[in-house]
Amino acid sequence: MRLVVPLQGVVQGRGGLIFGSLIPCALFYFLQLYLKRHRSPNSRSNPPSPSASAQNLAEMNRTSSRSNLLSRGSIVPVLISSLATSISKPNDSPYYIGLDKASEDPYDRIGNPDGVIQLGLSENRLCFDLIEKWMLENLNDSMRGRKGGDLSISGIASYQPLDGTMELKMAMAGFMSRVMGGAASFEPSQMVLTAGATPAIETLCFCLADHGNAFLVPTPYYPGFDRDMKWRTGVELIPVHCRNTDNFVLSISALNQAFNQTRKRGTKIRGILLSNPANPVGNLLSREMLCDLLYFAREKNIHIISDEIFAGSIYGNEEFVSIADVVDSEDFDKSRVHIVYGLSKDLSLPGFRVGMIYSFNENVLAAARKLTRFSSISAPTQRLLVSMLSDARFIKEYIATNKKRIRNMRDLFVAGLEGLGIRCADSSAGLYCWADLSKLILTYGEKGELELWEKLLHVAKINMTPGSACHCIEPGWFRCCFTTLDKEDIPVVMERIRKLADTDAASRG
Amino acid sequence: MAIEIEKPGVGLSKVAVSETHGEDSPYFAGWKAYDENPYNESSNPSGVIQMGLAENQVSFDLLEKYLEEHSEASSWGKGAPGFRENALFQDYHGLKSFRQAMANFMEQIRGGRAKFDPDRIVLTAGATAANELLTFILADPGDALLVPTPYYPGFDRDLRWRTGVKIVPIHCDSSNNFQVTPEAMEAAYRCAESMNLKVRGILITNPSNPLGATIQRSVLEQILDFAVNKNIHLVSDEIYSGSTFSSSEFISIAEILETRGYRDSERVHIVYSLSKDLGLPGFRVGTIYSYNDKVVTTARRMSSFTLISSQTQHLLACMLSNREFSENYIKTNRERLTKRYDMIIKGLKNAGIECLKGNAGLFCWMNLSPLLEEPSRESELELWKIILNEVRLNISPGSSCHCSEPGWFRVCFANMSEQTLDIALERIHKFMERRRRN
Repeated sequence: MRLVVPLQGVVQGRGGLIFGSLIPCALFYFLQLYLKRHRSPNSRSNPPSPSASAQNLAEMNRTSSRSNLLSRGSIVPVLISSLATSISKPNDSPYYIGLDKASEDPYDRIGNPDGVIQLGLSENRLCFDLIEKWMLENLNDSMRGRKGGDLSISGIASYQPLDGTMELKMAMAGFMSRVMGGAASFEPSQMVLTAGATPAIETLCFCLADHGNAFLVPTPYYPGFDRDMKWRTGVELIPVHCRNTDNFVLSISALNQAFNQTRKRGTKIRGILLSNPANPVGNLLSREMLCDLLYFAREKNIHIISDEIFAGSIYGNEEFVSIADVVDSEDFDKSRVHIVYGLSKDLSLPGFRVGMIYSFNENVLAAARKLTRFSSISAPTQRLLVSMLSDARFIKEYIATNKKRIRNMRDLFVAGLEGLGIRCADSSAGLYCWADLSKLILTYGEKGELELWEKLLHVAKINMTPGSACHCIEPGWFRCCFTTLDKEDIPVVMERIRKLADTDAASRG
Repeated sequence: MAIEIEKPGVGLSKVAVSETHGEDSPYFAGWKAYDENPYNESSNPSGVIQMGLAENQVSFDLLEKYLEEHSEASSWGKGAPGFRENALFQDYHGLKSFRQAMANFMEQIRGGRAKFDPDRIVLTAGATAANELLTFILADPGDALLVPTPYYPGFDRDLRWRTGVKIVPIHCDSSNNFQVTPEAMEAAYRCAESMNLKVRGILITNPSNPLGATIQRSVLEQILDFAVNKNIHLVSDEIYSGSTFSSSEFISIAEILETRGYRDSERVHIVYSLSKDLGLPGFRVGTIYSYNDKVVTTARRMSSFTLISSQTQHLLACMLSNREFSENYIKTNRERLTKRYDMIIKGLKNAGIECLKGNAGLFCWMNLSPLLEEPSRESELELWKIILNEVRLNISPGSSCHCSEPGWFRVCFANMSEQTLDIALERIHKFMERRRRN
């Protein structure tokens, strides 16, 4: 009837015309009704004539879509938060994809010689035998302790200080000092212990920045920062690009430029995030550079976070200088300096989850202490480590042997790469080398780099971390961790790379 | 040493300077008083007795016995063959053996009336982290969670501080033993709406802290229906499930889901921990059990900020998969808690004090409203101060638990020896006598 009424209005008053227009309209209407009833719900109707079709079409589609909804059920799924929705998406970073692939099909010299060789995980397995030996000789004594005394189960079962026991802090202070060459000394009261360096850095971020603020981060940087510093804090990371021509060392002018550009677009910078020793490049910040950075931070009134988690992995001749050392010896405003450390790299115990925030700022320490309730170190682990770290003889031997073995492995690995015409950036620390594979890229650029990464992973079956995952501005660089290998595996790696390069060269003609 | 020149300091974040950590409330102030003058049977018999800490110390001997007899749990076996793998293990999935052991333990606590899939267990460093993590996942900043009062004071911090999520209370009162009602839930929902807050979920604690009582089956059904009706999540913090005095009296939300054929389960998440039932808060062991795949995936990824030491996972996997140990522990722990509860209720009754009828937990919910000058929060805090300073007992005032009725206090009984509990009851008795005489 809806069709007929407007038409009727148009021809109002003229009887003959009414009937003349009514009857075809009525017939038309009944035709549409017939077609509607006999059409399946999903198909689209072909409009019989342009003028009348639109309304009918809309009506039919409305009806059909409504019935579809009912047949699916009227259940709307319960929603999760926006944060969770973005995290639930499959991980698209090559860093994580590579790690997953390598763990699905892990290389084993005997058991799985065609598996994926893991060069993407910066874990130190070279001195594990020393730790195992210590465990066998000392474990039972350190764990059980005297019955009924402070070392029995009731001593570690109950609530401990959430930011770590004083015993462990003291042991960590001693260890850090030795690991960093003895120049800097650390105050246990300025430590907040956390379940790994991952929550340490996130907690610091929560203390120093609000949602929407930013940190300047020299590139290339550890891919995990994108998750650890940003996910829940809502903070932005602004890359400050470093180049091969400078051996990837940060320049103050680049820092300044990034700072000004960011401020211009209205984002507040709260600090600089440094990794020293650097990951993935493996170089060290000089004392002069650290001073320059402290001047810069003072001028802009921002914080400095120095992630020194690889401080014990120095193998070169260059001296490691902790920012704690510089701040102590010069007249700098300490309240803006914070250090992140942990035992995952230097003591090969990533599973035990031991990290820390070291700060000179009482307010930051007070806030961080309260936040450690969400990520405290498990008490039995604290007790075990107090024992191990207090064994001065063992620690001294461990640190020295560790350095030697990392250096030996690095030399072999880098020499192997050089034999293939692949050079590495100058570095003196870390569990990895920063290799220039740009000659193997077909088309120079990020796309070409990722294509090479995929070929390395799926064809050569080697997992390396591509520079783009580390926000490196120059394509072709890859991080190769060598401390998860045995010496015998190095030729295997080199052979696989050679084969890939040869195949590529052949296909290029 | 150079002279410090005053200049504007480098700023901290809003989170860092906020008061949401709540550590200035009476709940925590009492702890400070205890720390300054702690009771000790021999060296400080007139000190403050800590009755504000819900810790379970009644079954330590069982844990100690197990560890004595099973050194492989602490030492990775003879020659430590499993040590290397364990020390390097930082997978956020958690040790499969430990998740299996936790699933079994949770099933045992529920008398086998619910089944748990180890692959739905996400491990966190304590239930504190589990609750915060779930909040990050289920709600956006500015959204709200409905929580029945009275509730654990720590929620104000754990659910709100870094997440930016708000708590809207569901008011419960003594007229029906502080049980949640559909009317109260509806009122809270409307209240949230009137403040333009989007409600994302309801969080219950079952057995309840601070009430020390389990939630009845009919009420659980109503709560789940409410969540379905409003299309929101339901988080059930079952951290005291192993501390119910009788196994049959605790009904888990998992059982309700089972009877419904797991319909509507994708909105339900359970939080558990070993801090209360196993008396191991120092170990930092918590879990999220979710029936929602997306929540499991995202919680697992986010758990990288709060992983449990693999050493601890290994130790507890050994201990909890020892059927003989776990069955005996659950049974004995229940018996001892019941004994303590009976002791404190009797002692309080002798002093003329009534408590809410409880059947779980490490505390009782004591009614001191007859002692109030007037039924107000200020009056309650006055009384709390007197009890802290004169009677030298640290108990938790109901107002810090957001209880709408003044005069109720939570009193913990499992974090001390029987002798100390006796002393505490004696002090209360004397205090009540003095008041009667005046």
